[in-house]
Amino acid sequence: MSFVIGAALGTTVFIIMFVLSLAGLLTWVERKQSAIMQDRIGANRAPILGLRLWGLFHIIADAVKMFTKEDFVPETPHRFLHAIAPVLAIFFALLSFAVIPFGNQITIAGHSIGLQVVDLNAGLLFIFAMMSVAVYGVVLAGWSSNNNYSLLGGIRASAQMISYEITIGLTLVGLLLVYQTLSLAQIVKAQGGLLWGFLPAWGIFFQPLGFLLFLTAGIAETKRIPFDLPEGESEIIGFFVEYSSMKFGMFMFADFIETVLIAALVTTFFFGGWQVPYLADSGFVFPWGSSWHLGMWMVEGMRVGAFILKVLSFCWLLMLIRWTLPRFRFDQLMHLGWKILLPLSLANTLATAAIVLWLGK
Amino acid sequence: MAPRTVNVINVSARRRILTFWERIYLPEIVRGLWLTARHFWVNLWRHALRAVGIKTSLPGAATFQYPEVRRPQAPRLRTLHRLVQRPDGSPRCVACMMCETVCPAFCIKIVAAEVVDPNIEKRPHSFDIDLGRCVFCGYCVEACPEDAIRMDTGIVEIGSMSRGGMILDMPTLLSLKSADEQAGKPVDFLQRRFVS
Repeated sequence: MSFVIGAALGTTVFIIMFVLSLAGLLTWVERKQSAIMQDRIGANRAPILGLRLWGLFHIIADAVKMFTKEDFVPETPHRFLHAIAPVLAIFFALLSFAVIPFGNQITIAGHSIGLQVVDLNAGLLFIFAMMSVAVYGVVLAGWSSNNNYSLLGGIRASAQMISYEITIGLTLVGLLLVYQTLSLAQIVKAQGGLLWGFLPAWGIFFQPLGFLLFLTAGIAETKRIPFDLPEGESEIIGFFVEYSSMKFGMFMFADFIETVLIAALVTTFFFGGWQVPYLADSGFVFPWGSSWHLGMWMVEGMRVGAFILKVLSFCWLLMLIRWTLPRFRFDQLMHLGWKILLPLSLANTLATAAIVLWLGK
Repeated sequence: MAPRTVNVINVSARRRILTFWERIYLPEIVRGLWLTARHFWVNLWRHALRAVGIKTSLPGAATFQYPEVRRPQAPRLRTLHRLVQRPDGSPRCVACMMCETVCPAFCIKIVAAEVVDPNIEKRPHSFDIDLGRCVFCGYCVEACPEDAIRMDTGIVEIGSMSRGGMILDMPTLLSLKSADEQAGKPVDFLQRRFVS
């Protein structure tokens, strides 16, 4: 019993540490990557004893600044909701990571531990639920601030979430049809085989359109450019206009956590999660017949490493998109959501269902 | 009677008709991402080459690291004013009030005083420039008949914690040197010609 609790604690600590440190690192990556993309140098002026380390200390400088600033609360009848909104925003974003498997399983002293906080048999629905509830933080922030601009931001956020949640739900239906399971661990395990003997059977090869739709709707879920209408820094500043100090910082941090979440979900659903091509439990088995035996720790280490590498690549891609595309106008946003993504996702679901039925799975 | 023609700007004729591939948006997004990603990797590669000590002439960034590295200034750039001295150290200014009159920001205040030398009409008793108001138009330099005020110090960082600190008085303005002189270059021919 204590072993089970210890394993659960270990995986929880690992995933929390991984997500929080990666989200913190993303604040630096965002600055540096945008700078290098735009032929600039970027933030590099926070030295400790003359050591600059490419501006990595700006993460610490930001945290110190956020925590020491005045925490201004506007005159609002909803002080409690105002205080709890950033907590909700960050809480639900973090909770989604509970069902994401970051490795297969390791065996210590006869006990096997799945490298996942909890293997819910309704994991897909859990993810979907958490992503839906995450908008509450934003809407409550907009509403409880007693400010027209933040209210506008909150309304925009809810409209945008409703429009894009449908697409996410329908792409998840497509995945459900392909893998016939709601458990994320099972979905990742199912992506371990080979397609036509050489191609890793990753989700993107079964659901290429689903991948594009999920990525688009996922970026919309993170509320970052090109879908940053709820923030709209140049026009309404957004739902967090009345937030200061670390409460604002938590909204900012929730954005980065959601970026990591979308990267992790795309990895899990469409790019094989922790699967390394041709790597089985016993070691590498290549399609041309040769094999290379490896130990359990080696194999699991490579799998966790592969998961982290894939998540990092998608974080990079999301940053690239955020610093390349301009913001949509609101009517364009709604047009894209309801007239393009929704019919496409419906067609994707229908086509997937027809093919699955035809193949008689 | 012919119908009256109205000036109508035909916007649709000016706007380029998008092709099918442009209208489905996705290839254009990929093109844009390709462009920014290429900048990212090329610049990152150049930064990495420099970090390991390989000298390349290709810069990884188009920016200047300002306090340490400065952009070269054009010789005609209008920078902080200075008052030119005569060989004996007195100001060349004759307090004719031309600069004070022409100044659109009313930032120059001159108090004139008499002088014994019959070749010089007047001298400034005080000469203040309020840099908090100055718009750096350079009209004072153009208006001066004696070439007594110049904007060639090369100083662009001007700041103070108070409004009073932005007002420069005559001794300060006289003590400033031209950028060429600060750099140890020979002073320009104009300055030598009028030294007499």
